[in-house]
Amino acid sequence: MTVSRMKSRPRRSLLYIPGNNPGMLQNCAIYGSDGVLLDLEDSISISEKDAARTLVRHALLALDFGSVEKVVRINGRDTPYFEADLAQIIPAWPDAIRLPKVDSAQDVLEADHIISALEAKAGIPQGSVGIQAMLETARAIVQVNEIAAASPRLVGLTLGGQDLAADLGIKATKEGLELLYAKSAVVIAAKAFGLEAFDTVFTDVADLAGLAQASAVSVSLGFSGKAAIHPSQIPVIHAAFAPSSKEIEKAVRILELARLAGLEVPEL
Amino acid sequence: MNFNLVKNSLGRLVPANIPGMGDLAPYNGAYARLDGSFTWMPKAYPRRVPAPSTNKVAPSLRAAIERSGLEDGMTISFHHHLRNGDAVVGLVLEELERMGFRNLTLAPSSLGDSHDCAAEAIKKGVVTRLNTSGVRGEVGKAITNGLLETPAIIRSHGGRARAIEEGSLRIDVAFLAAPACDRLGNMTGSAGPTACGSMGYAIHDARYAGHVVAVTDNLVGYPLTPRISIPQYLVDQVAVVDSIGDPSKIATGATRITRDPVQLRIAELGFKLIEASGLIAPNCSFQTGGGGPSLAVAKYVKEYMKGRGIVGSYCIGGITGYMADMLKDGLFRSLFDVQSFDMAVTDSIANNPYHMEADVSWYANPFNKGCLVNDLDVVVLAALDVDVDFNVDVLTGHDGILRGASGGHCDTAAGAKLSIITVPSMRNGVPSIRHQVQTVVTPGETVDAIVTERGIAINPLRQDLLAKAREARLPVKDIGQLKAEIEKTTGVPDEVEFSDKIVGLVEYRDGTFIDSIRRVE
Repeated sequence: MTVSRMKSRPRRSLLYIPGNNPGMLQNCAIYGSDGVLLDLEDSISISEKDAARTLVRHALLALDFGSVEKVVRINGRDTPYFEADLAQIIPAWPDAIRLPKVDSAQDVLEADHIISALEAKAGIPQGSVGIQAMLETARAIVQVNEIAAASPRLVGLTLGGQDLAADLGIKATKEGLELLYAKSAVVIAAKAFGLEAFDTVFTDVADLAGLAQASAVSVSLGFSGKAAIHPSQIPVIHAAFAPSSKEIEKAVRILELARLAGLEVPEL
Repeated sequence: MNFNLVKNSLGRLVPANIPGMGDLAPYNGAYARLDGSFTWMPKAYPRRVPAPSTNKVAPSLRAAIERSGLEDGMTISFHHHLRNGDAVVGLVLEELERMGFRNLTLAPSSLGDSHDCAAEAIKKGVVTRLNTSGVRGEVGKAITNGLLETPAIIRSHGGRARAIEEGSLRIDVAFLAAPACDRLGNMTGSAGPTACGSMGYAIHDARYAGHVVAVTDNLVGYPLTPRISIPQYLVDQVAVVDSIGDPSKIATGATRITRDPVQLRIAELGFKLIEASGLIAPNCSFQTGGGGPSLAVAKYVKEYMKGRGIVGSYCIGGITGYMADMLKDGLFRSLFDVQSFDMAVTDSIANNPYHMEADVSWYANPFNKGCLVNDLDVVVLAALDVDVDFNVDVLTGHDGILRGASGGHCDTAAGAKLSIITVPSMRNGVPSIRHQVQTVVTPGETVDAIVTERGIAINPLRQDLLAKAREARLPVKDIGQLKAEIEKTTGVPDEVEFSDKIVGLVEYRDGTFIDSIRRVE
């Protein structure tokens, strides 16, 4: 799979799966999300880091994920797990790595460099493992344009809402208004460099109405998808990101007009 | 004990004869006795005319047992409406042990988690034979370890009703727990501190048992009002005890819809198949279980019916509070309740005239003149294991130990227009689709589809359903392919090793024998 091919698929929802939970890992294909985020970072305690890494590697090698995109959130470059995570995970050929705590273009470049070497060693196509950069500090938001332009391996940008709020010394609310600037900055930088923009998670699993509202805001800001932390959130996110029947009718009309005008248009 | 074994039409070896039971007919197809030509001749038993009495209340449970005429070697029955809170089976068995009874046949409608006491009675020789629908815990282990003198007979609810009616299961004394009862034996389950809802199984035992003892902790003024489930003319004695059970385990709160994403996915696919079948239509009928994916299917059905203004005719079976709510919301016009699953149902059955108590023969006896399951549109069932021939095992676990219940499984599967088995593709890493199930309870011939979270397998006998499912773009897979896909994750487990000793027999609803259960090595 090439990076360019990866970009053509829907990424409305990305479901976080703790990397040390075999019961959940084995069911990645059935939750209904467009992608899964196999987590080695925040949901894994320090004593479980090695076990989770090994489990995720074997899951990638052994399980059938169907059409679900496989993204692994590794530990940040500032941790002792970063290189071991990459060394174990890249040869198992995930679709992308979600790189947390990205503060600068250098963070992306460093990961890119290591991934390239690991791809070559494992005999998998160069550039086939994408990077989603996760911005979680004020400094990262300031650097967002440089980060977005850092590497052709980059496929998406996302925010770490909770950590960013902590870095800003503010409280993350359900409405998320306090992160409006950061979110817009990420969306604009992503669009400018042809990347996907993923919105941060909605943490109240019981509040599906609140999630629907937050997802509608994500759509209105221009995000291409949103992370989920429970399978019950997926249909709600998909509903928000689905075009309205009016929008579909309009698109069909435009295509018909284009066809009538003799332009080449894709078959519906 | 060695038996002369014959192969039935599923290729399963079953005894041709058992001492005390006579010749046994091997299973020969789910509908072989239902083509209108089969005859049955219920056995007649002598009955004693009781002297008229204005007070049937016995001084004690022991006195009631003494007066019942119970002797060693006879058959006693109980109902399982008190679910996991039942104390009556234990009370009676302990008293019987103290009185020195031996070699009894225990024939309850089913046994549950509160009935480890029956295993004790088996170990002590008070009980040496067992007829039931279900077993759990210690009783299952006792049977599978070969502690009974003759094989346990497992029957479906409809099959037990049939066996009682035809006399092949003769109940000498029925001890029927009564949440509310008067001095002449009128009783109901829909009132009292230990209310359990319907008494559908008990009604049938009361009609056919040689002697009926109501066991109650709630003796009410005569007459019991406003509802009588079992009338006084069927009851010989009333025994008053301190408590017939633990209300907190009898009347559990309303069964909740699962939040487990795997079960919800199964339920969603099950619902989509029902939708594709076209059977959710005005005046439809529906049955679903109270657990896991089955009840979650009801959620999707409810939303679909609500959204389209569809009003169904009736729901049957074990009734949950969820079904009672569907009745209240006007989505179905009536409920036939043979067994209530939770407290919400008790309120409904007591106060809503459209929530009707149905006895178990009415529910599922294949030999009567029209049981409810025969008119059923859709049933959603669970399974422990299924196999590539669509046979279903709801009795033996992966380790071969008995731990389930036949229940109404094979009755409803045979009767319904669409029978769907919902089952997770694997449990704790063990696959649920096998080459051959350990114990056939419901024959594949009566199963239309198996729904797992990884896809739907449709019985090749149902090409019509297969076409509809494909048209609806459901993830339909050949059952062999689905099995192989699951085994890519789980591998293929080693077979459990069994000895030749037969410790249980599964009787199909029509009285033929569909499978044998063997002792685990």
